[in-house]
Amino acid sequence: MKVLVPVKRVLDYNLKVRVKPDQSGVDLSNLKMSMNPFDEIAVEEAVRMKEGGGGHAAGAASEVIAVSIGPQQAQETIRTALAMGADRGILVQVDGDVEPLAVAKILKAICDAEQPGLVILGKQAIDDDSNQTGQMLAALLDWPQATFASKIALSDGKAAVTREVDGGLQTLSVALPAIVTTDLRLNEPRYASLPNIMKAKKKPIDMKTAADYGVDVAPRLQVVKVAEPAKRQGGAKVKTVQELVEKLKNEAGVL
Amino acid sequence: MAVLVVAEHDGASVKDATHKVVTAAKGMSGDVDVLVAGENAGGAAQAAAKIEGVRKVLHADGASLAKQLAENMQALIVPLMSNYDAVLFPATTTGKNVAPRVAAKLDVMQLSGVIGVESADTFIRPIYAGNALTTVKSTDSKKVLTVQATAFKASGEGGSAAVDSIAAPGASDKTNFVGEEIVKLDRPELTGAKRVVSGGRAMGSEEEFKKVIEPLADKLGAAVGASRAAVDAGYAPNDYQVGQTGKVVAPELYVAIGISGAIQHLAGMKDSKVIVAINKDEEAPIFQIADYGLVADYKAAVPELLTELEKAGV
Ligand SMILES: Cc1cc2nc3c(=O)[nH]c(=O)nc-3n(C[C@H](O)[C@H](O)[C@H](O)COP(=O)(O)OP(=O)(O)OC[C@H]3O[C@@H](n4cnc5c(N)ncnc54)[C@H](O)[C@@H]3O)c2cc1C
Ligand SMILES: Nc1ncnc2c1ncn2[C@@H]1O[C@H](COP(=O)(O)O)[C@@H](O)[C@H]1O
Repeated sequence: MKVLVPVKRVLDYNLKVRVKPDQSGVDLSNLKMSMNPFDEIAVEEAVRMKEGGGGHAAGAASEVIAVSIGPQQAQETIRTALAMGADRGILVQVDGDVEPLAVAKILKAICDAEQPGLVILGKQAIDDDSNQTGQMLAALLDWPQATFASKIALSDGKAAVTREVDGGLQTLSVALPAIVTTDLRLNEPRYASLPNIMKAKKKPIDMKTAADYGVDVAPRLQVVKVAEPAKRQGGAKVKTVQELVEKLKNEAGVL
Repeated sequence: MAVLVVAEHDGASVKDATHKVVTAAKGMSGDVDVLVAGENAGGAAQAAAKIEGVRKVLHADGASLAKQLAENMQALIVPLMSNYDAVLFPATTTGKNVAPRVAAKLDVMQLSGVIGVESADTFIRPIYAGNALTTVKSTDSKKVLTVQATAFKASGEGGSAAVDSIAAPGASDKTNFVGEEIVKLDRPELTGAKRVVSGGRAMGSEEEFKKVIEPLADKLGAAVGASRAAVDAGYAPNDYQVGQTGKVVAPELYVAIGISGAIQHLAGMKDSKVIVAINKDEEAPIFQIADYGLVADYKAAVPELLTELEKAGV
């Protein structure tokens, strides 16, 4: 079974974004970009399915394909996935923001061509915070989905997936091919070793465009403006617990 | 235009989030209907009919809807959309799971985590963990939204909408519900709570988390939350996680104990009315947004806080 892992190049999670003064968008120039953290978790799970580990038998996945839709530099994101153990990459080069619906359509076309048994995506890209692409892809393919996964067990053409839901945990059994999206507790992604980073340089990346898949990536949402949220007037300190309680009661009025 | 709100409910009653999403819907249109999908959810349908400003309740009841699985919810909602211009879901794990499937089938781009309704086609939503707020206009013919309920006031009671029964779809044979472990709550639910007490990595163990956080929460009648670090380490269940990728809360009082205040955590609680932080590191970023910061070891401060609250008659 092939496993497809879509990986997105996003602003590094340690960095705080700057809003452009003219409110036209955010300024990412000269900021470190990394693989979306949830996608690292997805790559890790797929690689374990191939190599064995994390409850998966070696060979459960025959091949791991990393796909990114984005600018030329998203190649680096794919290289990171290859260094973690993915076998090959596909870069669908698109400049500018691509909305989840267009990403899902491109991924559908890739699934039609590659016929994976499983697609593992992140539950959420930490830049647009959309939490949509996996579910959209599942709908476009008419495949079952198990989102927000904290455990995946494969057997007999099915995946038993434990999901992090409001209230606790839920387990579903989905027939393959299926879509899974990762939550934080699924695994701890590895750091690529230097030899593997070197090896990854030789692994193939297919270069494509959205037109190759016949997908129109024109945005459906027009950005009217991007603003900074109102600043909180924080920073005040209290010296003692007595003072805290007194202020909560008499100043803030919340007790 | 007509707007459909998909109710969050437990079969017997509707969750407060539903009342809040109805308010968001009213910002788009005067014709707001509520869909209650479930199994034996007649009580919830009756409760939805009482939400102020609701025109009609659609009640779909059947085994296929018992767990609101995404595939079956999609099969229910997509055909209904020939009668509606927009569908709104609460941004809960259920709503987030289902809404994009509906959007993709309608070939429209979804708006996630909406915190403001400017008009019937223009919305405000946070991006980058809430460090930027984007106002976007949807050019699609139909709108699909998940709504951050904490950003809206709850619609009141006092409505008397009619309840129409509609057919439940057949169940997908590709997905089966296997089981669930639902955390038993003796306290208010996190997202709707007026007060929240959260613990972080500093707790060091599950026992310590329980010993420190729970008595304080109980004293304040508060819900319990946690940072990702505390959840990852197993000190608290996953659904306690507050933050960019957990739950968003906006209580009147948020107390953060032994939490550093990473941007991902702040994203989930910075809209709280009053924020209290107890942390032994005076440089901890949480202090920048706290209204009342106490630089102290929680081990001494929390027991003292319990005593002082007692003295203050809380
Ligand atoms: C993709 C992604 C998503 C994430 N999503 C979330 C999310 O939704 N929610 C979230 O919370 N985090 C999230 N995080 C994690 C986030 O970046 C931080 O790692 C996390 O919030 C840290 O938790 P913490 O504050 O409990 O731990 P730490 O940062 O380790 O802070 C512990 C604090 O406790 C204080 N302390 C220690 N001992 C004591 C004592 N005795 N008394 C008082 N204070 C003490 C320390 O001074 C320190 O400030 C996410 C990260 C990523 C990469
Ligand atoms: N441009 C992209 N390229 C590759 N994968 C993507 C892209 N956008 C979204 N994804 C995948 O979809 C997931 C959810 O993204 P989103 O729906 O934007 O929050 C991400 O974690 C990725 O796995």
